Amino acid sequence: MPEWFIPFLLSVVTASTPFVFAGIGELVVEKSGVLNLGVEGMMIVGAVSAFAAGVTTGSGPLAVFTGAFAGAAMALIFGVLTLYLLSNQVATGLALTLFGLGLSALMGHGMVGKTFPGLPHLEFPLLEQIPVIGPLIGTLLLGHDVLVYFSVVLVIAVGWFLNKSRAGMVLRAVGENHNAAHSIGYPVNLVRLLAVLFGGAMAGLGGAYLSLVHTPLWVENMTAGRGWIALALVVFASWRPARVFVGAYLFGGLTIMQLHAQGLGIEIPPQVLAMAPYLATIVVLVIISRDSALVRLNAPACLGKSFHATG
Amino acid sequence: MLVRLENRGEISKTMVYASPFIAVVLTLIAGVFLFALLGVNPVEAILSFFITPISTLDGFAELFVKGTPLVLIAVGLSFGFQANVWNIGAEGQLTVGALAGGGLALLFFESESLFLLPAMAAAGILGGMAWAAIPAFLKTRYNTNEILTSLMLVYVALLLLSYLIHGPWKDPEGQNFPESRLFPDAGILPVMIETTRMHVGWLFALAAVATGWILIARHVIGFQIRVTGMAPMAASFAGFKEKRIIWITLLMSGGAAGLAGMVEVSGPIQQIVPNISPGYGFTAIIVAFLGRLHPVGVLFAGLLMALTYLGGENAQIEMNLPNAVTGVFQGMLLFFLLAADVLIKYRVKFGGPKTAGAAEGAG
Repeated sequence: MPEWFIPFLLSVVTASTPFVFAGIGELVVEKSGVLNLGVEGMMIVGAVSAFAAGVTTGSGPLAVFTGAFAGAAMALIFGVLTLYLLSNQVATGLALTLFGLGLSALMGHGMVGKTFPGLPHLEFPLLEQIPVIGPLIGTLLLGHDVLVYFSVVLVIAVGWFLNKSRAGMVLRAVGENHNAAHSIGYPVNLVRLLAVLFGGAMAGLGGAYLSLVHTPLWVENMTAGRGWIALALVVFASWRPARVFVGAYLFGGLTIMQLHAQGLGIEIPPQVLAMAPYLATIVVLVIISRDSALVRLNAPACLGKSFHATG
Repeated sequence: MLVRLENRGEISKTMVYASPFIAVVLTLIAGVFLFALLGVNPVEAILSFFITPISTLDGFAELFVKGTPLVLIAVGLSFGFQANVWNIGAEGQLTVGALAGGGLALLFFESESLFLLPAMAAAGILGGMAWAAIPAFLKTRYNTNEILTSLMLVYVALLLLSYLIHGPWKDPEGQNFPESRLFPDAGILPVMIETTRMHVGWLFALAAVATGWILIARHVIGFQIRVTGMAPMAASFAGFKEKRIIWITLLMSGGAAGLAGMVEVSGPIQQIVPNISPGYGFTAIIVAFLGRLHPVGVLFAGLLMALTYLGGENAQIEMNLPNAVTGVFQGMLLFFLLAADVLIKYRVKFGGPKTAGAAEGAG
């Protein structure tokens, strides 16, 4: 096994985890029938808030919580506008992203150049001393930070929630047919607002992971389109949680491969390699959406439509 | 619930036009709070942001320099937005247009020909169109969401720009900076008012507004675009080809954004640099909505948004405020606009609903 292999796999995990959080959050939002294109904006505000909290207080948990909270706060603006003031979801989502990019740059003005030590990792020194499989199991399965495990638990929990729990059924019903759901007495807008807030918190968490663990630095526009890729992931996954997880790791792997390709002596300009995740997103979207019947079958029927209860 | 929305049953024309003004006033009020939060004198900051920048001839002319790309792009986008075709990759189309137009100037860097500028403009338009043709093709052929593809192509275009100026297009006589050589005089847009930077690109913006107005008011395609957006079923019954509308709106907006890119590099910048646009392609989305998706509205909205750029720069110099305030103002303006737009279709009613069941789900 080559020297670089374990660090490589570890960096894939680190690069993929933000996609898992943001993707699974948006999946729940879309399942409730709401299309929030503001993932990028919520993510970047989550990133800067978490970083600021981490640098000021030095507390990892507090930083993570702040990131999620900031994402949810951003989502609240979107929720109020689209659900209660019935604004266009596409336009409002774009507004959220534009606003988030500006706000994060303003908030992060004094944060440039500071560092955060990162989140604590689990360590198993004895296990790692076992030859060959020791490092493999020790570092790859057990040596991550808490958020990586949380992301796995989250995917399983969301899968269970949507398919097995009563509340999850209500959420799906609201996303499939809001008029029917309303007429049997489900609070359509409340369900959607909760879903939107959850999506915002998860996007914020994904952003927090970027600035606290992945870099760990604050750089303007550091999300670099990851929020948009997370949106594409949900389509790629045909709105299924487990597939969001797989997709997140595919894209995480791709971003890391692009960084390592140069180290391996591949003679391609770095800018061309850096195009890979974006081009791959387009290719993946084309493959998935080519079959329009399949997309219609999987996509929540009320996705992107406003709901206004009339007497 | 004591406040509820009641459907007007028709669109309020008054509110369509009043809403942008309400949004601007609310943004200013929010701006006062924002500045107070940042620890500066709000009145001073508002003056420094919105008044001082245009109090000189130079500054006033700068309004048109910044307004040109915004108006050009937003006129193009507003057609697509009316038809529910969401091209949000104008920033990428602008970049490719700048590369195509600017590339021509670099290729003929010793040219003195009068044809260079028109050729650059044409190349810019074609470059932007080509970049927008990708999402159009993928949408019409493979049903792929144009929002995501056009946005992804922004990143690809910016990386292409970065590759070119770090590699083949780098100035051979420069000091290894990632910049191209300067364009020849024949490839630079003439200035309209001496001593300022205001160039003839503004005339392109005015021409785009006029063309857009004619299309929307007089031409059948403008009508088809509006019907497709408002009533897709009716449009297909009437025989309007949805795919044709997608192609036309994307090519128009891409071409306009490409021209804006060419105007930027051959007007104010005069060479190819790593940062051609401070996000004009995205800000133009706000301009389009603020201008009510109408070319004439876009004209005024574009100048207002240009002012936020100037204000940001000025407040940075005068008051040491971060330039990012501009982005926050622009975002807030769009939020307030979208919120105020609810009044177009609904009126606010105070007091409980007339019938018991009416507002149950709204709570």
